[in-house]
Order: sequence, then structure tokens, then C-alpha cells
Amino acid sequence: MSRIHVTTTINGDPVEYLCDPEETLLDVLRDRLGLTGSKEGCGTGDCGACSVTMNGRLVCSCLVLGAEAEGAQIATIEGMAKGETLHPLQRKFIEHAALQCGICTPGILVAAKSLLERNPDPTEEEARYWLAGNLCRCTGYDKIIRAVMDAAAEMREAS
Amino acid sequence: MSVAKPLPHDAAALHVTGQARYVDDIPAPAGTLHLAFGLSGVARGRIVSMDLAPVRAAPGVVAVLTAEDLARDADTSPSAHDEPLLAKGEVFFEGQALFLVIATSHHAARHAAAKARVGIDAMPPILTVDEALAADSRFEDGPRIYGKGDAPAALATAPRRLQGRFDLGGQEHFYLEGQAAMVWPQEGGDMMVFSSTQHPTEIQHKVAHALGLPMHAVRVECRRMGGGFGGKESQGNALAIACAVAAQATGRPCKMRYDRDDDMRITGKRHDFRIEYDVGFDDTGRVTAVSFHHYARCGWSMDLSLPVADRAMLHADNAYDLAHVRIESHRLKTNTASATAFRGFGGPQGMVGIERVMDHVAHTLGMDPAEVRRRNYYPSAAAVAKGAEAGTTPYGMAVTDFELHDMTARLLETCDYAARKAAIADWNAANPVIKRGIAFSPVKFGISFTLTHLNQAGALVHVYQDGSIHLNHGGTEMGQGLFQKIAQVAASRFGVPMDMVKITATDTAKVPNTSATAASSGSDLNGMAVKAACDTIRDRMAEHLAERYQTTPDAVRFEGGEVIVGEARMSFADAAKSAWMARVSLSATGFYKTPKLEWDRIRGTGRPFFYFAYGCAVTEVAIDTLTGENRILRADILHDCGASLNPALDLGQIEGAYVQGAGWLTTEELVWDDTGRLRTHAPSTYKIPACSDRPDIFNVTLWDGQNREDTIYRSKAVGEPPFMLGISAWLALSDAVAACGPAYPALNAPATAEEVWRGLQRVRHGL
Repeated sequence: MSRIHVTTTINGDPVEYLCDPEETLLDVLRDRLGLTGSKEGCGTGDCGACSVTMNGRLVCSCLVLGAEAEGAQIATIEGMAKGETLHPLQRKFIEHAALQCGICTPGILVAAKSLLERNPDPTEEEARYWLAGNLCRCTGYDKIIRAVMDAAAEMREAS
Repeated sequence: MSVAKPLPHDAAALHVTGQARYVDDIPAPAGTLHLAFGLSGVARGRIVSMDLAPVRAAPGVVAVLTAEDLARDADTSPSAHDEPLLAKGEVFFEGQALFLVIATSHHAARHAAAKARVGIDAMPPILTVDEALAADSRFEDGPRIYGKGDAPAALATAPRRLQGRFDLGGQEHFYLEGQAAMVWPQEGGDMMVFSSTQHPTEIQHKVAHALGLPMHAVRVECRRMGGGFGGKESQGNALAIACAVAAQATGRPCKMRYDRDDDMRITGKRHDFRIEYDVGFDDTGRVTAVSFHHYARCGWSMDLSLPVADRAMLHADNAYDLAHVRIESHRLKTNTASATAFRGFGGPQGMVGIERVMDHVAHTLGMDPAEVRRRNYYPSAAAVAKGAEAGTTPYGMAVTDFELHDMTARLLETCDYAARKAAIADWNAANPVIKRGIAFSPVKFGISFTLTHLNQAGALVHVYQDGSIHLNHGGTEMGQGLFQKIAQVAASRFGVPMDMVKITATDTAKVPNTSATAASSGSDLNGMAVKAACDTIRDRMAEHLAERYQTTPDAVRFEGGEVIVGEARMSFADAAKSAWMARVSLSATGFYKTPKLEWDRIRGTGRPFFYFAYGCAVTEVAIDTLTGENRILRADILHDCGASLNPALDLGQIEGAYVQGAGWLTTEELVWDDTGRLRTHAPSTYKIPACSDRPDIFNVTLWDGQNREDTIYRSKAVGEPPFMLGISAWLALSDAVAACGPAYPALNAPATAEEVWRGLQRVRHGL
């Protein structure tokens, strides 16, 4: 089986890679590009640990083929901070202690950023239901919601 | 001082940027091979044929190993040596490893494993409690029995008496990071193991055994886990051993991780129990006698089932001073994955038993269940301190630190329990479809390993000549914030800011012979060991500076990043450099063993616990009586962490534990079919709480007390105790169902929508 040559953009950088036809975007990110911030929690699109955005749309990268990234704009957790400057969501997750083991954290941050880009002023219920596809086994979610709501408020003030 | 500050998790900045490395994120050396097990599709039987030629011929396969190919008797059990790495002729559960595929990629190994043609002569599996009892399939010779007083006689003469029985489901850990290990072969046959494990020493021990090496030839490192919850106390053994065996066979680095579906099929879960009770009580709600039968499904191998079932018996009293108690515990051997440690370690099952009894008694008497509970509490610590006689547990330990009288009064007041209960009654009278319920439940949880020798810990601390500090101890980080709490202890002992302390990965080459990070013991044990190590170095530095400045060591103070000797002040770095120049050792080990423990698990008497941790919760729920669907509306919690080492981390533990406990008893249902196949082996079919399930109102408060025992800065362990606060959610559902008819709801657990609906049929129609 011949590999597929893919030209894409990840976190603003042009990237090229060869991947197998059945290889997922998650495996490409983790195993070929060394971007291990996206995690495999279930491999079936149910846990959200592998969340990235593709052309601005929130997707589970375990359900996207590497070959589908051709010509796309991919954004992962590795691109969320600008250099040393954390995104407000990242800062608020630290401030609110909104993480424990941390393995769901990248996916939740990517998903939350996607929410705030669509809806800068979500209700708590909207945030909760938007994030319902991102499982966390440690925190009980309360601090996650508080961090997202606080980050949203700060970002509205700044804009 | 750093202790008691609400600092964020030590790796928070790494977590939010995706830089934190878990085992599967560690860059693998070139040539690394990947492993997968071939699994049994049959729950019980004899292997009659195993055609692995198609596996060997699959793309990327380097080697395939069966039990016969192993030079030594590789075993994965933490207790009884009854878990062969690969099946030896017989299979005992669906999902048991039959052979090991070594391939060039994770997917190549998994795809190849599926190509095997295995013939198994299937036998009828023993799956249920009834089947196991009928076959007398059990661990230990017979049931364990603990108790005090004379329960049968007291039951016979009790003013009132009732019996009940319910099933209490197990629980999948669903650590979001699946099991994973990687082994790098070293010169001379040594092995470097990276494992996602709560118990690096156990991994070291089992790998060394499987390879026929002394433990010194195997080094195990774990920087962090993506969740553990007990599921990585013994369940990581198989992967680490498989990697080591394959690394020895091939001479190449080997790596293994379970796909989620495989993980849920292979690994053990919380023990499910059937609990029968027989309780005597009077008209005031005072329980005069109680008898329990615990039937635990332990799965195919012993694993940690004996201490788990013991701990269930040790929490059959929960917070209640029971004069006559008898607990009979059956540990049943079934053809299912071997049930294992899970947050609470049997304690939750024991506690649900007595909480069910209190709820049933209150329903029978028409009394407020919270009031029935309070009437049965142990005498308070304050009363005992003033000379009142302490209550005694069914295992003969005096309860001298009982905090729940005051905590209960405070919580019921702050959550407005009485008024809300009345409002709920009004709501239920007016609304035929949506019914509400509210319930209070307390927690008293014993802290210490019941295997007394495990209550020990070691630490290794270095101070470098620039004043920076290298911290290591035997505890593992699984998200609970242990590393940060311990770093706060170290920074406090040296009086330096947190950034002077480097937290390092748990490593069997630095601190040997460690116990699992389990039983909520992490900060208690390792905090004290690190304190001892730091104090040794600090005392040496003080002695050196006292000599240099012609004073006494007690005149040397370490605070604010400085060392103060009389009129002289210097930075901690300068003090360290001065000590180094004077040839003072700036490296020390520390050791701690928990005092006062004495326990005989066969007789069931002694003091298995150093102290108790307390908590209480009130949960309000709503149910849809047409469908059984339900949700938690509000939860209020007051929990005792002693003098908290870190309130932010402790609050996080409490919130997460409550939600996980409520999930266990409400939505998380494990289903095996009649052939012994687990049908809920992915998040698509197994429902852990999601963000949308979190209570709308969630008030969590720390009790402002101190540990009455001499623990690290008078703090209390927090990992497991708040898990059992989730019992209040199950009881609240029972309360809501009880609003629909005269009979007792007698809910089983988990109270899924279906079970709530069945409960509604029971209360309405007596079904």
C-alpha cells in the first residue's frame, strides 16, 4: 500500500508528511509529527481527549484520517499559547485548579476555545453541554466550568 | 511557608500547553517494537488448538510468543502467583491474554493478533453470585466473619426488625490514560521500565521475577499517570512484564498500550457485591443489632480481593456505634476479569450496606433519615476528650476522633436541609410527573493500609551547591496533586520559595521498596518521609553555620529564602554553598512508618487505622416518573481534610470524588452477557459522568479542623474518603422514588434510569 503525501497547515505552520491511507490524524500528529498534546482516550470519538480544530471546526482527530488534512488548517493544543504567553483559557485553568491528571486538559481547552470563538458569551448551561463530549474522570467538572466562564468574561472585557 | 497555600498542580503549566509527558508520549528510541495481546473470546475452557501462523505472517510482525515460549514462569499477580502472563492451557475469563504479538507498530500488532485461529473447548462459566455459591467457587476456605456483641440474640429480641437484599454494581476505573508501559533494554541485560503505575516497586519486583533477574537489575520510573483510581495498582503489571519479556527476547525497546476496548475487557474493576442485611431497631430509630452478608465477585484470580473484602467489612459500621454486629464476607471466584483496587478499596461497598440499612429503618419508622443517622452516631471526639466512653468499632478499635456531630449540624444548617425537605414534600404533592428527593449521608473512613507493613515510605532529597533542591519520594502522581503537596512540605522545611524545589519522577533507583500510592496514604506517608530527609539536611546546615558564626544550631533560622544566624543573613544558596565548601553532606534519605497500628485480619481485631477522615453530603435530585430519567440538582459537601496541606487540591479531590462516587451509584453500569462477555467496554456503552451531569449547584467546603493524630502538618488523607459522599445521590433517588407510593423503593445500584423506573413499580404496585 503506497503512502499518501499530505500538505497541510498545523498551528499556522506549513507541514508535509507521508501517511498510510488508514492512518488517523491523531496518529499522524502523535507518531509522525511529535505533537503528543492530543491524546487517545478511546479511539472512537467518545471522550474528546484528541480534540483539534480542522478549518475552524471542532473534531475528534481519532475520527479524521491523516489524508483528510490535505490543504486544511489544523489547530492543536501546541498552538494555543503564543510563545510564552498563555491563552486566557490556559491561564484560567491554572488559576482555578481546573485540572488534575491533566490528560483530558488539552482536548477540553481546544473544545472550550472553539466554543468561545463561536459564542463569546455562553451561559453556564451552554458551556456544559458544549463540553459534554469531553470526558474528565478526575475533577467532577465544576472547576472546569468556572475556568471557562471566567476566561470568557475576561476575553469579552479585553475585546 | 508554602504549606496550606492553594497552589495549582505542580505540572499545571505543562498540562495546559500539552507538554506534560505520559508514558505513551515519551519519545521512543528508533527501532522500538510494539506489543499486543491475543485475547480469549471464551470465558472458561481448555485451549485445544492455537494456529498462530496467520499472525506471524501478518505485516510488521517480528515475533509471537505463547506461554510455552517463555523461559520463565511470568506471572502478573500482586498476591497469589495465580495470574500467568499468557494462558497455560486453560482460560478463566473472556479477555484473558493467550499470546503476545511483537510488531513494528501498535496497529500492526493489534491487527495481527486478530488473525489467530484459536480453538477452545468451552465450559459453562461461573459468572453470578448464585453460580459461584452453588459451585463453592471462592477464595479462602470459607467466609470471613467479624463482629462484636451477639447479633443473632440481639436481633431475636429486637423491638422491631427488618431484612433486605440488594445488588451493588462494580465500576470501571476509566482512567483517561489507558494502561501503558515501555521497556528499554540496557547493557548487561538490565532493564529500564517506564510504566503508568501506582506501584513502581511492584512492577520492578514482577519484571525481575519474570526475567529471572535480581531487583537491582530493573529500574522503574513513573513521572505521572493520566488517572489511576486504584486501576494502576496491579493492572499495569502485565504490560510491563510483556514489554520486558519481549525486550529480552528481541534486544530492542518494546512498548505496549491497551486500546480502550481491550483495556476495559482485560483489566479488573471495582468488586460488585450482593449485600443482605438483617437489622433490629427500636421506635426511636436506634439500631440495636445488625447482621450483614457480603458476597463479592472477585473474578478469576485473587489479586487484591482479600484486603478489598476486608475493608468492606471494616466499613460496615460507617459512622454508627453498633452494639451487636455480625459481618460475614464471601469472596467468590468467577470467570470474569479479576476485580481489583478502586478508590475506597471495598470501603464504599461496606458503607453503602449500612447506609441502606439506615435509610430502610427511617422509611419504616417514617422518620427523617438524617435524624436516624445522628441518633446512631459514635460519641463525639469532644465528648470523649471530656471523659465520655468512646465508641468501639466492630473490630475493636476505639473511635476517639469522631467529628460528625458538629459537621452534620453545620452542613444541615448551611444547606437549609429542613426547609428544602419541606419544600420538596410540597413540590411532590403538587407535581405528579417530576418528583424530587433529598438525602444526607456521612462518611467515616479509616486511614492506613490494612496490611500493616505497607505503612512505610522513603524519600531522597539533595540540596545542590546553588541552593536548588532535588526532591524524590516513593509516591506516584496520578493527578491528585501529591507531588505539589510534598514539594510544599519540602519548601516549608527549608524556608525557600517553591521554585527552588524540583519535583522528580518516582524512580525505584532513588527510593526503594515503596508501597503503592494507594489507600489515600500518599501525602501522609511521603510527606513525613520527605520532612525527615529535609530536616536531616537542614540540621546539618544549621550545625555548620552555628560553628561558623559561633552560636548554637537552634539559633539558625530558615525562612523567606534566607538563612538567618543571629545578626547575619544570607541567601539559602549561599548557606548551601558554605556547607558544601565545609564538606557537609547535602543529601539525605528520609523514612517514616505509621505508629500505633496493630491488626489481626483473621480474628478481625485491633487498630488497623491510624485515624479516620470524615465528611458529609446532602444531595437533591429530580426524577421523571414516566421514564426513570433523573439528574442531580444540587450537592452540598462538608469534608474534613484536617489542616489542609493545599486547599485548592483538596477541594478538587473532593469534587472529583463525589462525582465519581455518584457516577458509580447512578449511571455507571457494567453488563456481562450470559457467556461472560463484557458488553460495556467503551465510553459509548459505559456512562461515566459528563460535564452536563455535574450538579447545577455544587457547594464544597472544608471543615476547619486539625488531625488529632500527629500527621504531616496535622493534615488528613483525602484521596478516597470523599468518594463515598456520592452515596447521598443514590439515597436521594430512593427518596424521590419513595414519594410515589407506600412501599420501600429498595433500589439496587447503580440506580440507572431503568432501575429508578423499576423502583417506581415496586413502590406503586409492590412488584
